[in-house]
Amino acid sequence: MKPVLSVRGLDKRFGAVVAADALTLDIPVGQKVSLIGANGAGKTTFVNMVTGYLAPDKGSIALDGLDIGGRSPRNVAKLGISRSFQIPQLFIELTAAENLTVAISGAGTRALSFQSPAGAQERHDKAVELLRRFGLADLADRPISELAGGVRKLIDISMALVRRPKLLLLDEPTSGVSAEEKFATMDRVIHAVAPDASTVVFVEHDMEIVNRYADRVVAFYQGRILADGEPAHVLKDKEVRRYVTGGTQ
Amino acid sequence: MNKGMHPLVMIGLVGAVTLFGRLLPTWTLSLATIAAANALISLGIVVLARTGNISFGQGLFYAAGGYGVALIANGWGLTDAVAQVIIGAVCGGVLGLVIGPLIARYSGIFFGMLTLALSMVFYGALVKSTALGGSDGFNVGRPTLFGIGFSDPREADFMLYAVSVITTGLAGIAATILFRSEFGLASLAVRENNLRVEYLGLSANRIISLNFVIAAIFAGASGAFALMAQRHIDPQFAYWTTSGEFVFVAVLAGNQSVAAVFVASMALELVRSFSNLYLPNTWQLVLGVFLLGVILFLPRGIGSLWVRDRRRKSTPATASEGTTKKEVVL
Amino acid sequence: MNFFLTIIVDGLIQASWLFIVALGLTLVFGVLKILNIAHGSFYAIGAYVAATVVTLVAAHRLPPSVGFVAMLFAVALIAAAVGLLLERGLLKMFYGRDEVVLLLVTYAVFLILEDVTKLIWGVNPIYATQPYELFGNLEFAGLYYVGYDLVLIPISAAIGFAIWFGLNRTIMGKIVLAVIHNEEMSVSMGVRVNRVYAFAFAFGVLLAALAGALTAPKISMQPGLSSDVIILSFAIVVIGGLGSVEGAAVGAILVGLARAASVHLMPQAELFMIYLIMAGVLLFRPEGLFKRETARRI
Repeated sequence: MKPVLSVRGLDKRFGAVVAADALTLDIPVGQKVSLIGANGAGKTTFVNMVTGYLAPDKGSIALDGLDIGGRSPRNVAKLGISRSFQIPQLFIELTAAENLTVAISGAGTRALSFQSPAGAQERHDKAVELLRRFGLADLADRPISELAGGVRKLIDISMALVRRPKLLLLDEPTSGVSAEEKFATMDRVIHAVAPDASTVVFVEHDMEIVNRYADRVVAFYQGRILADGEPAHVLKDKEVRRYVTGGTQ
Repeated sequence: MNKGMHPLVMIGLVGAVTLFGRLLPTWTLSLATIAAANALISLGIVVLARTGNISFGQGLFYAAGGYGVALIANGWGLTDAVAQVIIGAVCGGVLGLVIGPLIARYSGIFFGMLTLALSMVFYGALVKSTALGGSDGFNVGRPTLFGIGFSDPREADFMLYAVSVITTGLAGIAATILFRSEFGLASLAVRENNLRVEYLGLSANRIISLNFVIAAIFAGASGAFALMAQRHIDPQFAYWTTSGEFVFVAVLAGNQSVAAVFVASMALELVRSFSNLYLPNTWQLVLGVFLLGVILFLPRGIGSLWVRDRRRKSTPATASEGTTKKEVVL
Repeated sequence: MNFFLTIIVDGLIQASWLFIVALGLTLVFGVLKILNIAHGSFYAIGAYVAATVVTLVAAHRLPPSVGFVAMLFAVALIAAAVGLLLERGLLKMFYGRDEVVLLLVTYAVFLILEDVTKLIWGVNPIYATQPYELFGNLEFAGLYYVGYDLVLIPISAAIGFAIWFGLNRTIMGKIVLAVIHNEEMSVSMGVRVNRVYAFAFAFGVLLAALAGALTAPKISMQPGLSSDVIILSFAIVVIGGLGSVEGAAVGAILVGLARAASVHLMPQAELFMIYLIMAGVLLFRPEGLFKRETARRI
């Protein structure tokens, strides 16, 4: 099957630290891929490079066969890659609905209007509909500054869905969520995301989550791909157990 | 973002304020004219501040508008007040269009310093140019309106008052619509998190630039009013302390309400004329104390006194958690 | 040839006092992350206090050397007091708020001090020329210079060196550097940041006031002095990079030379030149000549 994302030979160094070392990876349509690895293994760097926030030192990135290397996050977003953030990146003085409204305005095909009210009915309805999918409709008119970390995380993800991306990158969707809630949260995310994004890559630390929700696991170690394959297979890999999961899971 | 008044009601209000000028004594009339003109440039600063950027160099566009109008008035004899306002706005706007995109990528104090630097470059150039009268500047004649000259000073004052109140009023109505618009909300989003704005496919620089141009247009028109009122121009228009006063009005007003800008501007002019009258050399002192008080006790400006603020942070502890939040200044 | 030498010497004389002012501004920014608009006011206060002391000494028929030493002591005392009072009494209330808010707070302080100096010293020009003759006239490369002007150059270099030494070779200095580079870390290491703040701010005020005192015999003190000086020192620290001592030195020399060159070549174009340099540096190297940009972590 033709890959949505095709990455060839990505290198990235920060001084002496190797964050990406000849990364080569294809992600086919419809796959749920989990990126695992210790802190500093290069998972977030990978996400940052794919979305144009960081420029790789070497290598190519293609979306649907189109070379997107060197493009800005804005252009990458327009072409169909959206992401959520490890630390939610929201407009915290604005309400939840307004946050989504900005995203909806941004996804429109025409320039931002100077006179059409931001909270016009159709935009507002769409914002509330998205929030409802995450079970947050009742918080629509609350400013982000009044909302808890877990809720912010979900709103962050909901904003990434507005463009109905070809590829959705989620950076640690369950970090900061308590152990009891993590499955419920991830269930919610997977279901809420499904109508708008079929191909999802998520960075994850929790191996139970990985095992349950990923079709495929890519393990990172010092900027390299240590193992790539089905969860059952990768999580049993000797090197993965040694360098990534620490053999404790 | 209050639902607020209908634009037609606001237009009626502007008309009423204009006619009210008929009842005002002369000294109040010229004071109100200056207050309206200053409110216009300060409104521009508020517009721009909604993107999180404060310009300490609006004097650049103020002076550009003033000098542009003055040169055309003396060169071609164009004295019509409305035409002069338009010329001032165009001069400011064109300059803003050139500078805005250049400096939109800066933020925080760098933005402030760069705007200040550019206005000081202009100041330096004006002082140096003998053709424009150097540091002494030059004079211009009385403005006319639709071909009518005003020999009675009382009538001339009222004409100027009417033109400035109507212009500033219309600008205020436009700003109100702008603040509630899609673009207005996106501007606030830029202030809160420009990175996310980019990731949503919007250009933060473009949003800042457009707001910058609007602010420059307002500043240019304001410069035209200042010129008409003083009938004299000099490089002081571009000096940084001139810009500082407008920043003062903007901070005092806050970004909750357009009306607050007018109130703040009027308050500044009243303080200035009273302290000039009774306590010479103290009005900057009063201003400074006022400014500290506002920052300390009314961080959202006097507008927050009457605009219900549903965005008040009730839980500051969670507000700062793990986000790159920018504090709301205005 | 001589012409260029003149420009260079004049430029260095200008650079010497500008460097002292800019050093104070850049240190305060480095430690407290405050871009202090009121910095020029402290320069003005230093100059005015010096003038008062010098005039007082002259009135008692004491020699100008006594006036010179007395003015430096008086200015140091007053600056330290003003600095501590402002930091503890006012700035402290705004810590943790956005840097633009602090910029506005110092703007308010500037406005207040502007009128306070007018109320104390009036609006007419004040002079304190007595110490200016202290070092006679010196011949240098075929031209005569006022000795006082030339003496400023080594004084400024000595102050610069003392600060570099103090920051890099003493324990107090290392603590200050630690706060500059990583405040959170230094707090967790037990540094009392409040004290460092108070000390650094008072020291910044002291440097500005000292530069004011040192230049007082050369100039006339009148309203507008502070706003002109802050504009120059902003340009210097922005050119050199906010918070950088080396940057302040290079910026001061650049601005000093630009001033001297325009005085000799294009009178009245100095502000234009200086701000053109500053705008150019900001556009092409927004962090200044001496600093690197840091990426935001997401």
